[in-house]
Order: sequence, then structure tokens, then C-alpha cells
Amino acid sequence: MAQIDSMHGDTGEPVLVYDRISANRRQTWIMMFLFVAVAGGFATLIGYVVGLPLAAAPFLFAGLAAYAIFSYYASSDVALAVSGAHKVTKEDAPELYRIVENLCIGSGLPMPKVYVIEDSAPNAFATGRDPQHASVTATRGLLDKLDKSETEGVIAHEMSHIGNYDIRVMTITVVLVGLIALLADLFMRWTWFGAGGRASNRDRGGAAFAILVLVAIALAILAPIAAQLIQLAISRQREYLADASGALLCRNPDALARALEKISADPDPLEVANKATAHLYFSNPLREHQSFLNNLFSTHPPVEERIRLLRAM
Amino acid sequence: MATLIIILVVVGVLIIALLAFVAVYNGLVRGRLRVKESWSGIDVQLKRRASLIPNLVETVKGYAAHERETFENVTAARARLQQAGTPGQAAEANNMLTQTLRSLFAVAEQYPDLKANQNFLELQRELSDTEEKIAYARQFYNTNVLSYNAKTETFPSVMLANTFGFQPAEFFEAEEEAREEVKVSFSTPPAANA
Repeated sequence: MAQIDSMHGDTGEPVLVYDRISANRRQTWIMMFLFVAVAGGFATLIGYVVGLPLAAAPFLFAGLAAYAIFSYYASSDVALAVSGAHKVTKEDAPELYRIVENLCIGSGLPMPKVYVIEDSAPNAFATGRDPQHASVTATRGLLDKLDKSETEGVIAHEMSHIGNYDIRVMTITVVLVGLIALLADLFMRWTWFGAGGRASNRDRGGAAFAILVLVAIALAILAPIAAQLIQLAISRQREYLADASGALLCRNPDALARALEKISADPDPLEVANKATAHLYFSNPLREHQSFLNNLFSTHPPVEERIRLLRAM
Repeated sequence: MATLIIILVVVGVLIIALLAFVAVYNGLVRGRLRVKESWSGIDVQLKRRASLIPNLVETVKGYAAHERETFENVTAARARLQQAGTPGQAAEANNMLTQTLRSLFAVAEQYPDLKANQNFLELQRELSDTEEKIAYARQFYNTNVLSYNAKTETFPSVMLANTFGFQPAEFFEAEEEAREEVKVSFSTPPAANA
């Protein structure tokens, strides 16, 4: 499917979307490569510290590469499963289903699978590896608290993520970055609780070992930061762009702005969201207090700014 | 040696020209194909709309048999829609159908029993849904037409378009009124002017 409605230049030629699609394809590769490199290096280091021979490294890298390829195909299922989303038919959620159908007609995209999360916090996300294997998820709260035009705006935003392959990068990030965070976490624990006892049994140079531990600690600290920065880098521009092309698709930027206002003003936290999946959502599901650091690591641009841009359209 | 360079340059230029030709020509073909494809998106919905009409007319007839003129107008508009050959004709017939349906629903307003009829309500819902889908299909179609027509009118593709007979495509125009009615029937606030 190449015909995707989006930003148009003076000639009416959809310039931007094609650039975004190739950029996203490229970024997925870079992400997978970086993941294998970083996680592989990380795993080799851990292996070395715990006494694995360096010859094990190729196997670790190969295993991680296999994991990355597996994630390419399975990460959307993983994202849906950890969010507790269940698939709905046209009979279950006719209103939502029709909105998705209409927006597919308006954008020329194939019909994605439709999911609902039983949670009162209003939010939504799209996932999948391409428009042919995509799904749109809305929370029960979104369907209950937003009116039809607002829901349409939110889903239009999600359809834009599908159309320009944002979903591919965003979804694979859930699984790859999720694993890095997990590894870093494990490593942190190991260095705090197990390092001294186990390592001292082995005959190793004291200074060299200390350096290794320092490097390991540095890595354990750096890995989650890097992971966070990846999330940051991939999602801020995406959100602005999806707002813009979503508004163009539903022809109602004001409804999208109102939806953002309602969602950001809603006090209910989305229970099923976590650090690995937060960047998938329409609006940041994690209710964190405002601070410099949170702002630095936040996956979504500030809501006020998004609303201001939509109102100016 | 000099002749060889000249020959190579000429061959190079020819190859580039050929590649450019292929790219532009394929661009035109792709544009025309997209217009055709997205037209079928509208066509499906127009057919669906037309197929709902006889049932609707029958249902309303059951309550207001004497409103013959209204029924005839609706049926005539439907027939015109089904016979429409070009996007322009289809748009015109579809707008006419919208007008006549408006009077049909105005008639229905006077019969509380009819307004409570499940079958009638279901048909009304289906029609609204179809109208909304037509609006979206129209949006997508017109976007593709705009992009294709720009190709047939701008340099350099205009040269190939003229030579190989790529005609500009027709837009599917909805009356502003018709569009408005879709909005009203869904009790949504009017769209901001984007």
C-alpha cells in the first residue's frame, strides 16, 4: 500500500510520508543492529565476569540476533499481550470499529485489527510491523470519556503512525529496549549482591578486576539511559507529525486538541502501561511528577505544545 | 580515444534520458491506477447507499403511503445514481439523492410510530454510516486526483501525459450542504476550518 494520505507539498504530492517510511525502515535496521551490538557487548562482559570463555561471544551475538529477528515478527503480539488488550469484532464495539473503517477508507490503509484494553484511563496505541500487520488499540476509558469526533481524532493520529511505519520502530523498541532494561537490572543486582563473593574465589588481578567492575557498573547505569534516549529520539517528532497528519486525515484538528486536553486532564493512571510500552501510547500514560529529568526522558512532547500546534492549524 | 569518450558520453546521456522517461511514465501510470483504485472505494459505498434505498422507501411507505411524490423523487435519484458513468455524474446524482432523502426524513419526522420503528432506525444508522464513508472515500479519492492531475499538468511529466494520452481525472465534488448534513446527523460539532 503506497497510497497514504498525509502532508502534501504544493503539487499535492505526498512528499513527507514516503521519506518517513524509508526513514523508519532504516531506523528499524539501525535499532536492531545497535541492539545486537550493545546487548551482545553487554552479555559478553557479563559472561566474562562470571567466568564464561570469550569464545562464547559469537553464540551470544547470534542468539541476540535471533532474538532481534524474532522481535521483528512477534513484538506487536508481545506489546498487545503485556497491555492486556483483547481483540474486538464489529459487534463488540461498533462505534470504534466504524471509526477505524472510515479512517482506513480516508487514508487508503488496509483495515487493522481492533483491540480494547479494559481500563478507565483514556488512551490508545497502534502497533504492528507494517500496515498489513497492524492493530489499533483503544482503552475502554477512551471510548467512554471522549465523544465521537474526539475518538476519531485520536484514531486518526494512530492511523498516521501505521501509515508511515512508525509502528515498526516503536513496537520493536518495546521488546528490544525492554530486554536491555531487564539485562541492566539483572547486572545491577549481580554487582551489588554477588560480585564480591563469587569473583574473589577466582584468581584474578585485583586492579584489572576492579576496572572491569567499574566498567560494568558504568554500563549498567548507561544502558537504561541509552534505552531511554532511544525512546526519546524516536518518539517526539513522531508525535508532532502524527498529530499533523492525523488532523489532516480526520479534518478536525480541534477535536484532536480537545481529546488531548481531556486525556491529559484525566486523573486515572493507565495500570497496564510501563516504561517499555509508554512510548507507544497516544498520550504519555505514566503520571509522573514534572521535573527536569522526567522532561528530559519523556517520550511524548509536552501536551500543551501539541495542543497549541493543533489549535494553530 | 576522443571518439570513444564522445560515444560513452552520448550513451550515458541516452541511458539517463531513458531512465528518466521510465520513471516519469511509471509515475503517471501509478497515479492513474491510484485514482482508479480509490474511485472503487467511493463506488462501493455509493452502491451500498443505493441498495439501502428500496428498503427505506418501503418502510416509510408503510406509514405514509400518500407521500407519493417524495418516494418517486428518491427512487428517481437512486436510479440516476445507479446509471451514473463518470465521477461527475455520480457526484451529481449522489447529491440529488441526499436532497431527496432529506425530504423523505422530513416526512418521517411527522410519524412518531415510524421514528420508533426498529427497522427504520437501523436503516437510518446504516445510511448515516454510508454517508460518512462516502465522505472519507471522497477525501481519499480527491487527494489522489489532485496528485495525479498535478502530474499531468506540470513539467516534465506533462510532455509524456500529452503524448500518451493521460487525461486529468474528474474530482468527486460534494455540495457543502451535503457535507454539512453528514455532520449534523451525527450531532458532532462542525469541523474547524483547517
